[in-house]
Amino acid sequence: MQAWRIDVVARQGQLDPKGDAAQRTLATAGLGGVRSVRSRRGYLLGDELSEQQVHAFAKSVLCDPVIEEFAVHAPGAAVGGIDDAHMLTIVPKPGVTDPVAHSVQKSLGDMQLPVVAAGTYQTFDVVGDIASEQLLRIARKDLANETVQQILVDELPQGLPGESPAPDLAVHEVALEGLDEAALVAISKDGGLALDGHEMTTIQAHFASLQRAPTRLELETLAQTWSEHCKHKTLTGTVQFDGQRIDNLLKSTIAKVTHDLDRDFCVSVFVDNAGIIKFDDVDSVCIKVETHNRPSAIEPFGGAGTGVGGVIRDVLGTGLGARPIANTDVFCFAPPDLPAEDLPQGCLHPLTVMKGVVSGVRDYGNPMGIPTVNGSVHFDDDFVGNPLVYVGNVGILPTARGLKKPNPGDMIVALGGRTGRDGIHGATFSSLELNTESESLSGGAVQIGDPITERKAMDAVMACAEEDLFSAITDCGAGGFSSAVGEMAEGLGAIVNLETAPLKYAGLAPWEIWISEAQERMVMAVPPAKLDRVLEVCEAEACEAFVLGEFTADNRLVVKHHGSVHCDMDLEFLHDGLPSRVLEASYEPPALREPDLPAEQDHKQALLDVMADYGVCSKEWIIRQYDHEVQAASAGKPLCGAREDGPADAAILAPKLGSMRGVVLSNGLNPRYSKIDPASMAECALDEAMRNSVAAGGDPDYTVILDNYCWGNTRDPQCLGELVRATQALCNLAMKYRTPFVSGKDSLHNEFNTGEKTIRIPGCILVTAMSVIGDVRRTMTSDLKRAGSKLVLVGVTKDELGGSVYYKTKGELGKNAPRVDKDAAHDVLIGVHRAIQAGCVLAAHDLSEGGLAAAVAEMAIGGKLGANVDVGEAKVEGELSATKRMFSESQSRLLLEVPPDRIDDLKANLHEAPFAVIGETTADATLRYSDGAATLATLAIADAEASWKRPLDLDGTLVKEETR
Amino acid sequence: MSNPRALILRAPGINCERETHHAFERAGATSEYVHIKKLLAQPETLDRFQILSVPGGFSYGDDISSGRVLAQEMKARLGDRILQFVDRGGLAFGICNGFQVLVRLGLLPCSNDRLEEEVTLTHNLSNHYECRWVTLKTRNSRCVFLPDGLTLRWPAAHGEGRLMTKDPAALRTLIDEGFAAVQYVDEDGEPTEDYPHNPNGAPLGVAGLTNHNGRVLGVMPHPDRSYLPTHMPNWRQTQLEEGALPEDGDGMIVFREMVKAAKAEA
Repeated sequence: MQAWRIDVVARQGQLDPKGDAAQRTLATAGLGGVRSVRSRRGYLLGDELSEQQVHAFAKSVLCDPVIEEFAVHAPGAAVGGIDDAHMLTIVPKPGVTDPVAHSVQKSLGDMQLPVVAAGTYQTFDVVGDIASEQLLRIARKDLANETVQQILVDELPQGLPGESPAPDLAVHEVALEGLDEAALVAISKDGGLALDGHEMTTIQAHFASLQRAPTRLELETLAQTWSEHCKHKTLTGTVQFDGQRIDNLLKSTIAKVTHDLDRDFCVSVFVDNAGIIKFDDVDSVCIKVETHNRPSAIEPFGGAGTGVGGVIRDVLGTGLGARPIANTDVFCFAPPDLPAEDLPQGCLHPLTVMKGVVSGVRDYGNPMGIPTVNGSVHFDDDFVGNPLVYVGNVGILPTARGLKKPNPGDMIVALGGRTGRDGIHGATFSSLELNTESESLSGGAVQIGDPITERKAMDAVMACAEEDLFSAITDCGAGGFSSAVGEMAEGLGAIVNLETAPLKYAGLAPWEIWISEAQERMVMAVPPAKLDRVLEVCEAEACEAFVLGEFTADNRLVVKHHGSVHCDMDLEFLHDGLPSRVLEASYEPPALREPDLPAEQDHKQALLDVMADYGVCSKEWIIRQYDHEVQAASAGKPLCGAREDGPADAAILAPKLGSMRGVVLSNGLNPRYSKIDPASMAECALDEAMRNSVAAGGDPDYTVILDNYCWGNTRDPQCLGELVRATQALCNLAMKYRTPFVSGKDSLHNEFNTGEKTIRIPGCILVTAMSVIGDVRRTMTSDLKRAGSKLVLVGVTKDELGGSVYYKTKGELGKNAPRVDKDAAHDVLIGVHRAIQAGCVLAAHDLSEGGLAAAVAEMAIGGKLGANVDVGEAKVEGELSATKRMFSESQSRLLLEVPPDRIDDLKANLHEAPFAVIGETTADATLRYSDGAATLATLAIADAEASWKRPLDLDGTLVKEETR
Repeated sequence: MSNPRALILRAPGINCERETHHAFERAGATSEYVHIKKLLAQPETLDRFQILSVPGGFSYGDDISSGRVLAQEMKARLGDRILQFVDRGGLAFGICNGFQVLVRLGLLPCSNDRLEEEVTLTHNLSNHYECRWVTLKTRNSRCVFLPDGLTLRWPAAHGEGRLMTKDPAALRTLIDEGFAAVQYVDEDGEPTEDYPHNPNGAPLGVAGLTNHNGRVLGVMPHPDRSYLPTHMPNWRQTQLEEGALPEDGDGMIVFREMVKAAKAEA
């Protein structure tokens, strides 16, 4: 369809940051001949408008009159380029959400103009001596993503997508009768259903007993509901682990801890979208962490953004509606400096992935008005094909609204975004292995989010919650309506009329409407008497809402489209018909040894290398792109200290404005330990999360935790054995700490098939900890506060450098991964917490990657104060060289800054926890490490700081030239 | 007398309404949320208030450009009423996205008492969003409630905060004629164009504007995120040095002074 085209450019003499950024990108990608890049915003408007109307609209809405100018091109007019310039244009593919186009249409209406079709694009005019093929190649890699965008070189989009072809509305049966298992598996595979032979046979038998074939929509419903993503078949299956039979792994380990601990602050655990715990006498807080790995591997920006959007909806749909108050994000990438020739075909470069993920989280979380307060980033080569994107959200809700229950007769009301063809088969896609072709085949599973639509849905849900207008709520996540309605209808029944759903565009078949994972949608159960008010409130909040159907009492799921029945299934079979899996697991420790390194000759350089490791280095470039202040709850920020550039251990929030009661949020993860021993990885994740929390003032006796697994192919017995071993270690420690699990999630099969080999991620459990505290004024930061304080190391240092950053800088893995001594570790957490509450601590920091040496340097960087440290004073186990004392990553250690006159006080509060005074703070901005009389390293803080900030200083603004 | 009433505007994508509401209440105003849909349907609602506050956020996703869609919506149907509101003694305050909206609406700097776009707030030189604390100095400006000579630390959090005029001389004039109310300053307290003290590269370090009669204020950084003592980034150090926390954070003064001015007007 032909359209008006309006190009908007910066006026002569005005700066063009977007063009400049593109020029930098092209230069970085090695396109040397580029002389200049100017950016243009393009708009397409339906040709029903008159030229005068288009001009008026462009002038008052599309163009900034102060710094921009525009040109209007008539529909079908020839496109002229700029002399010597290539035009590079990026356009959203048809069907991909384009929120700006929607706003353009709204503004047309506001100006009393006809609301015609609209589209947008971005053009770069690239001047220089370059070939268009070169430009296209780099644009594909660094400026656009062809999964969701189309790239045009030397041409401009002329029109808007036309009408979609009419959809196939027929009820299709899928004949399964008489097929053998191989044929059934073929049906599953061709349809992208991700059901295995046993599951397909079960479905075949069920429908044989009914003497009919399933419909396509029924089969899709089963595939969504039974997907690994929704049902956690592996973790709830039966495992034969080296002769030991474990029925329902999840129930007998993780859930058992929570059950056995029976902590009284737990309100709702494992049954809802998020775990809920008491915050104060009136309110509760809830928390959920998810992964969005597969979409982020293929389209990092959209994948990460919709991950954030999804977990926010989880919290919004918890209890009878929770208000989201904080985001937390943890990422694992391959190193961003990976040489291009080492990049397997079909993978995006890790730097591209990292930049895309960071901007995706930014451009969803910030517009939602939810602060991103905490996170971490980890790097390992084995994440090259499967980057990990963990997204978490915390919410607050009245405790009295913690439980939900739909009733027969309640209306099914859906609200928020419209349904489109985006995200079809996301749930089943996430249960398959990625390979070199995933990028091109699975585009439909990737979505682009629209945070403002979600914000409107959030405002509408909160307004309905305030008036108590619904009896249950959940979000549309994986599986779309099919999962949301299917789950809510469990034990009841439901009738759904798909034709009522507003669509983004015409042409969707009923089964597509039913399983579409289009974002920003919520489903509520509304008593009929309250329906009118719900629709009124949604209207007032500018949020689209409609009645999708009704809950019934016959335990059947009936799905219709204009009266034709596309699904009429027994809900019991849908929810309980999935056969339990029996899986083999065994564990064999890998053959590893400790490295035989020569004695360290240069401890200063060794420290600088450790500080510059991607895992240790400053994440300021990422942190500052996230709004961590919105909602005004922040009482402890991600960066701390005199110049707000020191690393904080945890986020501290006071979410009820005017009240000092607070939440401390932290996390722990160390993928490298997993390569040595998954039990070490799991224990250390929990201990690190707890240390981070306690260092910031969290109460270890009022803390709950979340387990988020990312693992390889658990059909491989060794791989599953590693998972079982990790789980058991994690649960043993959680019992000792009395920290219940309140929510968790798993993402399995994180493997990438290059065609030659399979790259498996190291098994990872992210432990997220949330603590409730009485007063945020009794919390702590890591930056040194005063010269003349004592530095106190709590905990015991051991020969545990396996998986350490120090070994990594020497190209070694090692064997002695850190383990956690449960009893001693608990004493440390309790003792340090008591000491902080008693007011005898000025600063506290946990020891993790890089060990003692890095922790001292980080505290000094934050405080801009020096430190003298004698590692010979540290409490150690066995004989330990000075180098190992500096860089060991033994767990359960914290470094405290203590006023000299409070040492006795500290000792009294630490009780059983071992500690040693190892040095003092100084005013001279110098770090000195010694071992008794022998000096190990002396360096200016500025040097440590430069090494620490440089690796991820992607704008070149963190390290000042004079310190280089 | 009764408390001044503050209208806290809500709209799709505005997301700082709760903290703005609380800060005004803490300063002694009675705050009330009003959704833009309601205000457009019943423009006379505005007459019940002494203060109009447009909070920060991403109104309508900042699609096309920041604040554009909401400003466009307001201009057609509320523009004259807002001008009258300000001329009759009302106060208006835009923070961050709210500032962007007031600029696009033409209410700031509004040097001729006409709704025209005289300046713009555009992309940071870094070309991305950034959240960081900045130091500000209030100028001797037309603003009737903001005291001059204050040094304040507020967090900035925006991607489009660079204040630009058609030609550089116009910006100089805005400063000379008292429209520039707040500037980013460096460690010596001098107005700065240099990153990171100036987070967006705004020429002459201009961070906030007032209008011709000094009754409208717009600022890019957030007083609504710095009004409690525990909001401040180094409150622990302050507590150590001074033995106790102060009653307010640095952002509180602007709410207090605005409420005081609204009371004096009544």
